[in-house]
Amino acid sequence: MSAGEPLRIGFIPLVDAAILLVAVDKGFAAAEGLNVELARDVSWSNVRDKLAVGHYDAAHLLAPIAIASTLGLQHAKAPIIATFNLALNGNAITVSPALLFELRRAAEGDLAVPQIGARALAKIVREREARGQEPLTFGMTFPFSVHNYQLRYWMAEGGVEPDEDVRLIVLPPPYMVDSLARGQVDGFCVGAPWNLVARNNGVGEILYLGCEIFRYAPEKTLAFAQAFCDRKPALIEALIRACLKAAEFANAQENRDEVAALLARPDRVGVDAQTIRRVLDGRLPTRGEKGDLANERYLVLGDRASGRPDTRHAIWLYAQMVRWRQAQFSKEELRVAESAFCPQFFDAASSQPQRHVPAGIGAFAGADLASGDLASYLASFAIGAKC
Amino acid sequence: MKIIIVDESEIRAAILKEGLREAGFLDVEHIAETHSLLRRIYAIDPDVILIGLENPSRDVLEQMFQVSRAVRRPVAMFVDQADTASIQASVDAGVSAYIVDGLRKERITYILDLCVSRFNAFSKLQSELERAKSDLEERRIIDRAKGILMKTKKLSEDDAYKLMRTAAMRESKKIAEIAQSIITAAELFK
Repeated sequence: MSAGEPLRIGFIPLVDAAILLVAVDKGFAAAEGLNVELARDVSWSNVRDKLAVGHYDAAHLLAPIAIASTLGLQHAKAPIIATFNLALNGNAITVSPALLFELRRAAEGDLAVPQIGARALAKIVREREARGQEPLTFGMTFPFSVHNYQLRYWMAEGGVEPDEDVRLIVLPPPYMVDSLARGQVDGFCVGAPWNLVARNNGVGEILYLGCEIFRYAPEKTLAFAQAFCDRKPALIEALIRACLKAAEFANAQENRDEVAALLARPDRVGVDAQTIRRVLDGRLPTRGEKGDLANERYLVLGDRASGRPDTRHAIWLYAQMVRWRQAQFSKEELRVAESAFCPQFFDAASSQPQRHVPAGIGAFAGADLASGDLASYLASFAIGAKC
Repeated sequence: MKIIIVDESEIRAAILKEGLREAGFLDVEHIAETHSLLRRIYAIDPDVILIGLENPSRDVLEQMFQVSRAVRRPVAMFVDQADTASIQASVDAGVSAYIVDGLRKERITYILDLCVSRFNAFSKLQSELERAKSDLEERRIIDRAKGILMKTKKLSEDDAYKLMRTAAMRESKKIAEIAQSIITAAELFK
């Protein structure tokens, strides 16, 4: 692709696409000689398939999909490479006011502690079962998503078997709030701005921020098909340079209103600027509180410090896939999963030395995978598959 | 063989259903509404599910691959890994298909081809309809502008049209654009 030829990039309307949207709409991509055409899409399956067949040159994608598609898990094998962390974190678990009430009642201690909340959930699950009630239903955005792993990890720590004791269903993010209002789900884990939208409409209460479950989790990546990486590495580096400049712009406090207004446009995220501004600041009301305290880890937009794809994150994601029976462990698959997170383009694009965020996920409880030993990591959990 | 069409567009679903019926597939159900989609799919228990790519509920179908107690049997996307041409064709047409494992490949390929051509036929129809609509809209604008010119410049209908056409040629614009600016100007001078 020569300079000026359009680079088609797919995205899903979520606040964690901010870096990509700012890179294009504020002209950082054009300054790198890139002519980007953004395409707002409606489903992760579409983004994945269009990337695989070359309809998109790049995409804003759930980081676990890069691994799943590269491995061909439960779908056609199409190698997709994660080149840059567009965002870490940004999700939250929201529950209906009725379920929050139940959790408060069942909690033995401070519900703000995820471990206590998980045990309270387990208690409610058993009570419902004893009464012959329908199991609780939770929505998440995609089988291969940190949302799915966050919900599962959290409830399993309390003794809830996610595939037996509750129902987990996939819902497109814009449908989450409505489904909670209709009582089709009792809670969900979704990205921004939907948790805040649910709370603002009085439909749900935010129970935990994603970063209270995992301190730092890889959320959205700038993804390319392997074939594109082989053919046009210079274009990828140019786009990452544009993203790094966009991150500098978006992370500056004085630009936050402008960024929020840009994302609010109907052809971008299409949610009011005030809500988006709160998301960018991490000012989210949790467990019925006002939430004026900013949490800087709520949504970490990819920049020099956080943008580098970390192969240890890929190993951790693969471990979640094995634990929840999406993959069957093999050393070969593990190696391939690792290769789907490729830091080489970031390293070429970012000349200055970086201050990286810690590589560990920092789960609220349970073993960590710092040693990279999957077998002992998975063996340490009471619930879930082992190697 | 049971087939489900998940489509918010009644017209497209009808076109697809008709095509399938002609091909001898009589057991076709259409789901227009997407809430509790999975539950309805499990209740109908189809062999093939067809869904448009513009439908956000496509992600919901991906869940059918997952191990969970709700799933009674494994489902796989029908497009064979090696068969990139048919993936390309279906993405181009904007349709995706899911099948229950164990269906014979040639029957599936046949259904997909049929689906792709019906989807393409539908979008052609759609764009023709759009074009017809905008043609009609243009004619309406030109007529209004003609009326304004006839009244204010005391021209015949023919001369009014000629005047607009000359202006359009001179500025290399469409007559409808010239007509629109006449209308706008007339409103400003009102």
